[in-house]
Amino acid sequence: MVFNFDVRTHLSFFIFCVIFVYGFKANASVAYKTTTSPSKLPPWKTMGETDADPGKTQTVFTLNYPRIQIPFEITLWVLLASFAKIGFHVYHKITVWVPESCLLISIGFIVGGIMHLVHEQPPAVLTSNAFFLYMLPPIVLDSGYFMPTRPFFENFGTVLWYAVVGTLWNSIGIGISLFAICQIEAFGVQDINLQENLLFASIISAVEPVAVLAVFEDISIHEQLYIVVFGECLFNDAVTVVLYNLFNHIAVMPVVEAGEVFLDIGSFFVVGLGGVLLGLLFGFVAAFSTRFTGKVREIEPVIIFLYSYMAYLIAELFAISSIMAIVTCALTMKYYVEENVSQHSCTTIRHVIKMVGSVSETLIFFFLGVVTITTEHEWNWGYILFTLLFALLWRGLGILVLTQIINPFRTIPFNFKDQFALSYGGLRGAVSFALAFTLPETIGHKKLFITGTIVVIIFTVFIQGITIRPLLKLMNVRKTNRNLETINVEIHKRLMEHTITGIEDLCGQWSHYYWKDKFMKFNNRIIRKILIRDTRPESSIVALYKKLELQNAMEILDTMSGDISAAPTDLISLHEERKNASKSRKKFLPSDVTNMHDLLSKNMYKIRQRTVSYTNKHSLPTDITAREILMRRHTSLRRSLRAGSFHGTNAAKMSQKFLSLPMGQSLNSGFPPRRFGHTGDGDTETEIDYPSNRPMFRHPKRSSSKAVMPLRPLDTLKEVASSVNMLDEQNEQQMGYRTSHLRSNIRHSGHQTSNLPYGSSRNYSNKDCEGGEQQSWPSPHTWVQKPQNDVQQPLMRRPR
Amino acid sequence: MGASQSGGVHMYQDLADKTGFSIEQIKNLHNRFKYLTQDEDTLRREHLEDINNLALNPIRRQIIEAFFDTRNLGQKEKGCLQEIGFEEFVTVLAFFRPPKPHIAEEEKKNMKKEKLRFLFNMHDTDNDGVITLDEYRRVVEELLSSSETIGAETAKAISDAAMLEVASVTVGQMGPDEFYEGITFEQFMQILKDIEIETKMNVHFWNLDTRTIQCGK
Repeated sequence: MVFNFDVRTHLSFFIFCVIFVYGFKANASVAYKTTTSPSKLPPWKTMGETDADPGKTQTVFTLNYPRIQIPFEITLWVLLASFAKIGFHVYHKITVWVPESCLLISIGFIVGGIMHLVHEQPPAVLTSNAFFLYMLPPIVLDSGYFMPTRPFFENFGTVLWYAVVGTLWNSIGIGISLFAICQIEAFGVQDINLQENLLFASIISAVEPVAVLAVFEDISIHEQLYIVVFGECLFNDAVTVVLYNLFNHIAVMPVVEAGEVFLDIGSFFVVGLGGVLLGLLFGFVAAFSTRFTGKVREIEPVIIFLYSYMAYLIAELFAISSIMAIVTCALTMKYYVEENVSQHSCTTIRHVIKMVGSVSETLIFFFLGVVTITTEHEWNWGYILFTLLFALLWRGLGILVLTQIINPFRTIPFNFKDQFALSYGGLRGAVSFALAFTLPETIGHKKLFITGTIVVIIFTVFIQGITIRPLLKLMNVRKTNRNLETINVEIHKRLMEHTITGIEDLCGQWSHYYWKDKFMKFNNRIIRKILIRDTRPESSIVALYKKLELQNAMEILDTMSGDISAAPTDLISLHEERKNASKSRKKFLPSDVTNMHDLLSKNMYKIRQRTVSYTNKHSLPTDITAREILMRRHTSLRRSLRAGSFHGTNAAKMSQKFLSLPMGQSLNSGFPPRRFGHTGDGDTETEIDYPSNRPMFRHPKRSSSKAVMPLRPLDTLKEVASSVNMLDEQNEQQMGYRTSHLRSNIRHSGHQTSNLPYGSSRNYSNKDCEGGEQQSWPSPHTWVQKPQNDVQQPLMRRPR
Repeated sequence: MGASQSGGVHMYQDLADKTGFSIEQIKNLHNRFKYLTQDEDTLRREHLEDINNLALNPIRRQIIEAFFDTRNLGQKEKGCLQEIGFEEFVTVLAFFRPPKPHIAEEEKKNMKKEKLRFLFNMHDTDNDGVITLDEYRRVVEELLSSSETIGAETAKAISDAAMLEVASVTVGQMGPDEFYEGITFEQFMQILKDIEIETKMNVHFWNLDTRTIQCGK
């Protein structure tokens, strides 16, 4: 009941806002219209002065709406759209079943209805300029920037094939069939000629990714399908626009000449390639610029946005494909820029791109709803229904035929279920909508076309958008495997790739691995040296390692204050030492978090707590291992805390060597895995390289481990490199980090730590610990939070 | 090749049946073989090391070794050969054959197992059936050796991490006196079961290979 109340309050608040806004606007504009000659009057007397004597008195309170009108209205619309978006997520179940685009359009309907009632005109955002210059670039930038590059390039051929040939197929097919329909007298639209039909067809064959990708992601569909749809949508924007211009050109000409058509087809290539080249150029220039922004970190995000936007505008200047330009720019830029800019800038960039992109998208769907109600429609049953039919039909056919042709070339062919997913996922959206509005007025049935486009969009978004999810679930379409982010898998992927490249070299056969290899070498040798400040080529294995550590650390830090105080309360009661420990822990927390956060975010560390998270992903209970790990960590933590502080810088503190088990020793030699458990350390390794100014790696110094605790297997530990650097801040950080990692395990263990008999385990003969381990361990799924965080934090991930 | 043509075709047919390549592909591979060995009958390591592009590959040593490893050649005893003939060459290459589009689940699993076995053999250089930490580490170091600045410590750390991961995933509960020897083949298969290796680890052996057709004809 409380829940419903919330929903109701939200809804009512929302509706109230809407009405208020419109009432106000209507009023204001009405008021504005009445003051027709403001030029003579001094500005402060323009409005709201109906009571005072004109020209004599100075009013205390004035209203000057026209001055702020335009920014005010823009802000209001955006706010409204955002409220709508917030409102949806109040009731979570809706967004699961109904894609957001549907909801936005519905709200648009409502608002449009209200506006219609007050005879208000919708804002003029659907002019060609406003849409193409302001609303489209953020969306495209968003898609381009967050595109997963590796799968994209692996499937590049397929994507291009579907985008270009598929769109052509669709447009021409639909156009011709519609033309055939037009010949039938019963529908009364004989005056639409072939060119106009083709034009219309090209508008409605543009597929739009928003709703589809959301669904695909939700059901974790196989990444091949995801990337094909994604890439297709990106590229067919370009294709559609080119086709549109082509047919537009033809449609307004009274006679079509063959030479002109060929010229236009030639221009298609110019447009496409030109866009790509321009994008590359800007991407490189942007990357180069960021090389020098070391001292002016604040403007780094701005550079990224401006360069992309500039690429877009210049492409528009030359009438080449601006979408390709901005996407290529984003792709090239991302790789190099993310290495040059600071962590903050990186986060800012991602965040802002997502924000602006999503606002833009929201607005577009919103306006779609509004405009549907407020424009005049021309309705023709036959034409429109057939349009719908053909749109669906040709897409299905197209996918079928195209897949048959390209399957032999693919390593992972598409089966029928995949093809169904692909064709059913062809929703139309924003681009079609905008293009429909920018049709030239000379076309007689412009209104019919607009209506047709809107019908197709609404049908696909609502009906297909809502049903695609249950259908795909029902059909059990191939899912992706999210368990692949482990070090082993990454290593072996690389191993495979190198092996395959090697074999190919051996056999004298070339394939895309060869090109990829060549490109990477060229990249490392030349491009990176120019564009990146600190050119250390980074292996993807190491990058993954870093990334996982970073995620782990960030997570820990974020939840540190909350969880830590909660978790080991039982701990305290068990042992007084722990009481002290927790106290000092709490003291530690507030002051150093930000510091640690900063330092951690940039540094390399090789700490192996990851094992816990991998255990999550593979969901193997391995209780004993878990217990061992946790115990180990607790004891390490205690040791570290006892050692004093996290601020010390002397080497003595370094004696808290959470030395890692696998300096090979324990795994190979006859050390019991207990050690795995107890030397603390299997996972907290001290080989922490702390580069201070971005050198990625440093050769660790070896210092003897003056372990405070009499560790039994100490003799082996002596060999272990305690490669802790002696720089001040790094020590602090190290301590801090170790602590934080240790804490992660406390957190991970939930509240079960009470069961650990810490006893007097200063020594590591933790047989008693082991023996006394309780059975009530948190089941692995409590840890599974970690993987999910991965999935839901696109900002954290650096897609490669 | 006039007189030996018919003999050659027979040999090709046998090989085709054994390895699953088509006759065209085997012919191409034979041409390549002759090119590599400069028309000798057997292939030695030096021949493979001469290939320019291969020299840049970080794991070339393992790749080359793989050809001479008897385990890959289906022989029972473990060891390395010094030189191999064309048949062995093709047998090893057969590991990289892409699966035919419609094959049964069983066959797919077998293929997967074979490919994983190939990778396993690449790691396990001392032929004891287990990948020990040292062996794994060596491979990782070589993999990362292409980036010059990554220190040996990192490679070590990464390989250690990977071993730990395998241990925690596969072995799970270890008693107090057990220790983790190394990765066995079953464990190897288990951790890598999610890579769709049968679709990824393939080389498309084209039927028409224009690069080597000039040589030797």
